[in-house]
Amino acid sequence: MDIFGSINLWVLLASLMVAATPILLAAIGELVVEKAGVLNLGVEGMMITGAICGFAVAVESGSPALGFLGAAVGGAVLSLIFGVLTQVLLANQVATGLALTLFGLGFSALIGQGYIGVRPPAMPRLDIPVLAELPGLGRVLFRHDVIVYLSIALVAGVWAMLRYSRIGLILRAVGENHDAAHALGYKVVRIRILAIMFGGACAGLGGAYLSLIRVPQWTEGMTAGAGWIALAIVVFASWRPWRALLGAYLFGGIAVLQLNLQAAGVRIPVEYLSMSPYLITILVLVIMSSGRSRAALNAPASLGKSFHAQG
Amino acid sequence: MIRLIKRPTPSRFWTAATPVLAVLLTMIAGGLMFAALGKDPVAAIRTIFYDPLFDPNFASYSRPQLLVKAGPLILIAVGLSLGFRAGIWNIGAEGQYIIGALCGAAVGLAFYPAEGWYIFPLMVMAGALGGWAWAMIPAILKTRFNTNEILVSLLLVYVAQQLLAAMALGRMRNPQGGGFPGSRNLSQYPAASNPELIAGTGMHWGVVAAFIAVIAGYILLQRHMLGFQIRLSGQAPRAARFAGVNPARLVVFCLGVSGALAGLAGLFEVTGPAGQITIDFNSGYGFTAIIVAFLGRLHPVGILLAGLLMALTYIGGELAQFMLGIPSAAIQAFQGMLLFFLLAVDLLSNYRIQLGRPEVA
Repeated sequence: MDIFGSINLWVLLASLMVAATPILLAAIGELVVEKAGVLNLGVEGMMITGAICGFAVAVESGSPALGFLGAAVGGAVLSLIFGVLTQVLLANQVATGLALTLFGLGFSALIGQGYIGVRPPAMPRLDIPVLAELPGLGRVLFRHDVIVYLSIALVAGVWAMLRYSRIGLILRAVGENHDAAHALGYKVVRIRILAIMFGGACAGLGGAYLSLIRVPQWTEGMTAGAGWIALAIVVFASWRPWRALLGAYLFGGIAVLQLNLQAAGVRIPVEYLSMSPYLITILVLVIMSSGRSRAALNAPASLGKSFHAQG
Repeated sequence: MIRLIKRPTPSRFWTAATPVLAVLLTMIAGGLMFAALGKDPVAAIRTIFYDPLFDPNFASYSRPQLLVKAGPLILIAVGLSLGFRAGIWNIGAEGQYIIGALCGAAVGLAFYPAEGWYIFPLMVMAGALGGWAWAMIPAILKTRFNTNEILVSLLLVYVAQQLLAAMALGRMRNPQGGGFPGSRNLSQYPAASNPELIAGTGMHWGVVAAFIAVIAGYILLQRHMLGFQIRLSGQAPRAARFAGVNPARLVVFCLGVSGALAGLAGLFEVTGPAGQITIDFNSGYGFTAIIVAFLGRLHPVGILLAGLLMALTYIGGELAQFMLGIPSAAIQAFQGMLLFFLLAVDLLSNYRIQLGRPEVA
């Protein structure tokens, strides 16, 4: 079919990495949060807050790097609200996460009013010397902006942290059994709040990647469910960092493919193609959670439970 | 030193007082937000909460709007509250609302331009059925494959929105609409319209349905075995299993009811206040209803009051936008803030705060 012929495979693979990065960043942050035993459903709200904070800071300062920093701070501050509510005031995590999303969507639209139609400063591409000249692969892997590499480094860092470091062990202990961790003298609440803020910062970075690089523009509600897909990817990954990377790239591939099919003028209405990423995410969730698969067994045991120190 | 002591049962006083406290705190925080936007905070709060009801210039228009806006919120929130009580989280009411509206409108448009008393009831049934069917997707995936209903129901909202766009621009587009997107105007097609029942009150069939839902919800939760099972499952899942509660049946029931009610809300909206299927006829009621459900303490009567209050913030928000130039997004943030404060002060109903040193046991 000439429709597929018109889609360049190498370009597709390269744009797949760009499409996957925002979700990957949010997912790896949420993975750490959930490993600490906290279910933060506010990823969407933190992403969109990061998107507008990053956008506003980048436009005002003229520096995309400062923009990303602002986005991480914005996401972390918003997640701190969640942290205080759920960890100190012992609010229900599901409800608080939803509140975070609802508030984030409104708050970002409020800040973003002056930024509609503004172009953000461009982020320079970081071509890795020599490797970028490789035919095919060079274009796919080594001609991206620094955030793409950062996201992969973050996955590696989180993996190593969880697996080999003392901090990772404590974090997992808190997530598996907060009463035991508390009895051992670990500050459960403090550790969880720090994990939540890390997750918020990552989600903020992911959002800013959307508004500063992927799109690059500010529109209300521009995350369009990316935060929820990131949550689904954590389940898909069964709380393993490298599988989160796989999941995000798989999802990025679908997103890019359907966009390319739209551009190539396939005779399927655009709306049905735009549905596909969500439908496929649902399908993947079903496959991962069905039966007594390993995914269900791998979930942190204290996930979503409030911790109140007894004495 | 401040210590929290868990109460054996939630305090009755604080359960009733926390929503009021949360609203007051939100007014203060919202006032600060408006001040940060460079608006007079007192005037802003007055415009949102007082003027729509009592200002002689606006009240005649605003008061009927209260029921128009509260109707769908209450209808959806009553359904959601059942599931929330049982720990079943349907957060995709917005999608069920859209699909209900699409199904109902499809039936109405199929009959166009026929006249007949039976058309509107058929549309109502189609709307409820559509919402129910859309909610059955997460329900069946939950019971058959143990898939997380939160994520599935939410992701289906985006699917529903795309479907709505496809319909408004494609199959349901008004053939006599001169190429503009959007369906025929159902509110101007007498057999399919949902008119104001009593002039000047804003009362339409959706509001009637909302009141019925409140009463039915109250009876179900207080007087019926199923209501007891729902409450039991939420408070003590293990005890519920020993008592013979079938969790799968409960999931199907709670999601089904909330979906059907959301579908009804969508149908009444599209045949009445909205009038036609357009890309953005849904105004986020499905999400705001989550706030309404919590603000009403997941209790039908509470939801009735919370729905009216939340409708007031919508109307007052529009008024504030018109009078003071406060952006509509500020109202959305304001509503989100309300939920934050509500969840924060909820601590008081479940825990006792003790000042001073802990006693040695």
